[in-house]
Amino acid sequence: MIGNALGVLFDGVAYGSLLFIISIGLSVTMGLMNFVNLAHGAFAMLGGYACVVLMSRAGVPFLATLPIAFVVAALAGIVLERTLYVRLYKAPPLDQVMFSIGLVFMAIAATTYFFGPSQQPVHLPGFLRGQVQVFGLGLGAYRIFLIAVVAVITLSLHLLLVKTRFGAQVRASVDNAVASAGLGINVNRVFGVTFALGSGLAGLGGGLGIDVLGLDPTFAFKYMVYFLLVVAIGGAGTIKGGLVAAMILGICDVAGKYYIPQVGSFIIYFLMVVLMIAFPAGLYGRRT
Amino acid sequence: MNRRFHPNRRRILQGAAGAAALGALPRFAFAQNAPVKIGLVLPMTGPFASTGRQIVAACKLYLQQHGSSVAGRPVELIIKDDTGVAPEITKRIAQEMVVQDKVTILAGFGLTPLAFAAAPVATEAKVPMIVMAAGTQVIPQRSPFIVRSGFTLPQNTAPIAVWASQNKLNRVFTLVTDYAPGLDSEKTFVNRFKGAGGTIVESVRTPLKNPDYAPFLQRAKDSKADALFVFVPSGEGLAVMKQFDERGLKQAGMKMIGPGDVVDDDILPSMGAAAVGVITSMNYSAAHDSPENKAYVAAMTKANPGLRPNFHSVGGWDGMHLIYEALKKQPGGSGEQLVEAMKGMKWTSPRGPMSIDPATRDVIQTVYLRETKMVNGEPWNIEFAKYDNVGPDGEIPGPLLKMGA
Amino acid sequence: MPASAPSAAPPVAAPIVPDLPTDRWRPAEIVFWLAAIAAFFVFPQDRVLGSQILITGMFAVSLDLILGYAGIVSLGHAAYFGIGAYAAGILAVHGWGEPLSGLLVAGIAGGIVGFATSFLVVRGSDLAQLMVTLGIGLMLYEGANQLPSITGGADGLPGVTIDKLLGRYSFDLAGSTAYVYSLVVLFVLFIGVRRLVASPFGLSLRGVRENVKRMPAIGAPVTRRLIVIYTVSAALAGVAGGLLTQTTQFVGLDVFGFPRSADLMIMLVLGGTGRLYGGLIGAAVFMIAHHWLSDLNPIYWQFWLGLLLVVVVLFARGGLLGAIDVLRARFGKRAP
Repeated sequence: MIGNALGVLFDGVAYGSLLFIISIGLSVTMGLMNFVNLAHGAFAMLGGYACVVLMSRAGVPFLATLPIAFVVAALAGIVLERTLYVRLYKAPPLDQVMFSIGLVFMAIAATTYFFGPSQQPVHLPGFLRGQVQVFGLGLGAYRIFLIAVVAVITLSLHLLLVKTRFGAQVRASVDNAVASAGLGINVNRVFGVTFALGSGLAGLGGGLGIDVLGLDPTFAFKYMVYFLLVVAIGGAGTIKGGLVAAMILGICDVAGKYYIPQVGSFIIYFLMVVLMIAFPAGLYGRRT
Repeated sequence: MNRRFHPNRRRILQGAAGAAALGALPRFAFAQNAPVKIGLVLPMTGPFASTGRQIVAACKLYLQQHGSSVAGRPVELIIKDDTGVAPEITKRIAQEMVVQDKVTILAGFGLTPLAFAAAPVATEAKVPMIVMAAGTQVIPQRSPFIVRSGFTLPQNTAPIAVWASQNKLNRVFTLVTDYAPGLDSEKTFVNRFKGAGGTIVESVRTPLKNPDYAPFLQRAKDSKADALFVFVPSGEGLAVMKQFDERGLKQAGMKMIGPGDVVDDDILPSMGAAAVGVITSMNYSAAHDSPENKAYVAAMTKANPGLRPNFHSVGGWDGMHLIYEALKKQPGGSGEQLVEAMKGMKWTSPRGPMSIDPATRDVIQTVYLRETKMVNGEPWNIEFAKYDNVGPDGEIPGPLLKMGA
Repeated sequence: MPASAPSAAPPVAAPIVPDLPTDRWRPAEIVFWLAAIAAFFVFPQDRVLGSQILITGMFAVSLDLILGYAGIVSLGHAAYFGIGAYAAGILAVHGWGEPLSGLLVAGIAGGIVGFATSFLVVRGSDLAQLMVTLGIGLMLYEGANQLPSITGGADGLPGVTIDKLLGRYSFDLAGSTAYVYSLVVLFVLFIGVRRLVASPFGLSLRGVRENVKRMPAIGAPVTRRLIVIYTVSAALAGVAGGLLTQTTQFVGLDVFGFPRSADLMIMLVLGGTGRLYGGLIGAAVFMIAHHWLSDLNPIYWQFWLGLLLVVVVLFARGGLLGAIDVLRARFGKRAP
């Protein structure tokens, strides 16, 4: 029984890690820049397809494709930010919603055009497949890997935003763009780089997520609810909030499905409603 | 007067006959030479787009190989996307095809609710409706104009239940997606398997939108059953297979069984070695060993690089076959006559021998038992036994026949 | 009488705010409804599409009531549409196929569920509202899927047969009855909605949207008003859902789906929020574009639809009606 519970806890944390990885980029763009970027899933999908193409057509090993997925999505982010997004920073949120949904539609059709509508394969290296026995408990190797990646991302993001000069500039620009510009911060560049960071993280999440979530052109739309879930419950713009939210959702969802599979589909939505009513600004949201 | 009258009358009669002939001629020409318009309503976008792609590819190939005219009438395919998720769009497209395009035949229909929504249109317009993909058993009861060319879920599920009970898989854990086809499949399996003396350890249903199968598969593993019965929509098979492999259910001695949707040929190459050893029953495998199928797979792959034809594609192919053969029998036939011509039709498809049950207008076909194996570096579903003439309700009239080496 | 001395003037007939909406019908509105009637005759082959545009338009107006007028962001409005759709469908399956009373029941059902859930929704930030409404919609979707004995599950509800409208007009293949029925219902309800938003109640909602903190100070009970408008909106969505069930004689789980809520919001934003007609125009443009593009290219039409949305956002703020306002303002300035 205890073995089961520990196994469920581990799976929950791993699932939470996955939710965190695919959503954290949105927390950056939506939380730090106040842009409702529902096209987050499209950037994630781009990263995912970058991984698949590099693996299957160029023979690049899986681990090496991940940084490339980050870079490809980040570059796409910069280009779109400079050409299109920048015009919409001051637009009402609903216009941003429509704009980014439009991008999602375009991304889905374009992906279908180039890669067809079917699921794409991902072949993990041997050491990430199967299970590892830890104190008699079988733990999925890839899940351990996901948890480790999350630890690294969380730590580096935290350091980047809190300890570096760039982080201070981001926070200043978000709080008051005019004053920051007056202080000599290149607000445009800061926003551009932040957006690239968010898109890059989305791409990385896409690459890491394929093995569990699969990858087809509807990816950009299919998981939108989950991205929003993590960001809204965590509170936009906080790394810690996103992490805590993803873990709560992950553990509750896995435990619910394991112990009471009859109501498996309701748990995550029910939790979402309850948490949003209890914490309208998210668990760690900034109250404005 | 009299002298004049006769020629006159003759002329009038001639004129009348001529007019009658003229009047009849266009109608005759309409029936004999008017184009046959086939309206294909399919999901071409959205989560079920691969079903649409497979069927369209097969229909176009059929047209290409059998000529774009039948019984002197040119054949025209009209392909429309119903997005696969909104019955009112499917119904609207069917209505528009009947009212605007004046189609001779409606065909396609990717999912059960979409076929249900369109059924009244076929009935009211008296247009044959060929269901190529949707698999719930009751569909043809919804309209006397529905004929099915694909498969039914009980048909593809019953054989694996019987096989499992005869092959020492005594305790089975079932896992199906919580929607109608899943429940249909679960019901068939549980009834047949219990009827044959097997034990169902537990039946779990997973939500339709489910990103992570890990907890369900862990529960299955902890149940220590002999086999895991799986039915999921074909795109989801990849995720289930990965988790089945990763959690070591295979190593724990559990076999994965089910109808062939979980190892759908469309995505099987993506699964790689993880799918090896899965035992399924299905009406079609791209690896089916027959001259018809070899030619079919070669032509499909040539026309659509990177695509391996799956069970939906043969639904499209045989649907076209039904239409062509019915038109050959009744070149200018009404909807009723065409449906009548399809009833009882028998032929050899790439999938093997099949026929249309005259009573239910549903498909009767051979269902194969297959094991997924690696052949030349790619996984294929290799058939090792079959049941002939399996009925749409999953009725198995004959014995299990061994196949191959 | 000069009203320039506010301190001394007695509170009689204070000058009315100039842009207070009135009940008078503007020419553009009359043109709009005449066009809807003309479409029936000009495009006789597209009446089915037309009826679905009218229904979706009504649904979009219902969202506009809470989003455009009260500032409640919802990504789960399909919940009430679906309740209405299933109410009408279940009624018909159990032998009550009379359309008008069925529609009334659909509206009431939508309203009741709307009222019950309004307490969860009306408080909280935009994002919280978004997520709570989304959650309600998704839970209803799963709930309907779990109760196949009542809803038919994922197969959809079997055997919905609707009686002839007024005992005379059956719902035909060409969609003529569906179109006229939808148009009349839409128009009648629209008149009601139009009066509602022009009433003092409607104005107080705008006040809530503009500044929620100040409203209690002038004696307006914010929460109660939001609950009322949310309930009205849900009832209207329920009627739209009921109409869809009756005109297609089918109802499936997708009526609760997230894509329906998301598309709806896009249509409303595309047309322009807070204008009532924005929802109607947005639904028409979106659905006609969808229909036309997917006819041209059944596989890649989404690309062009997406492009349309992106271009509209970049060049026409406030949706299509917002763009028309901007053009008119420019034109008006140039005119003497």
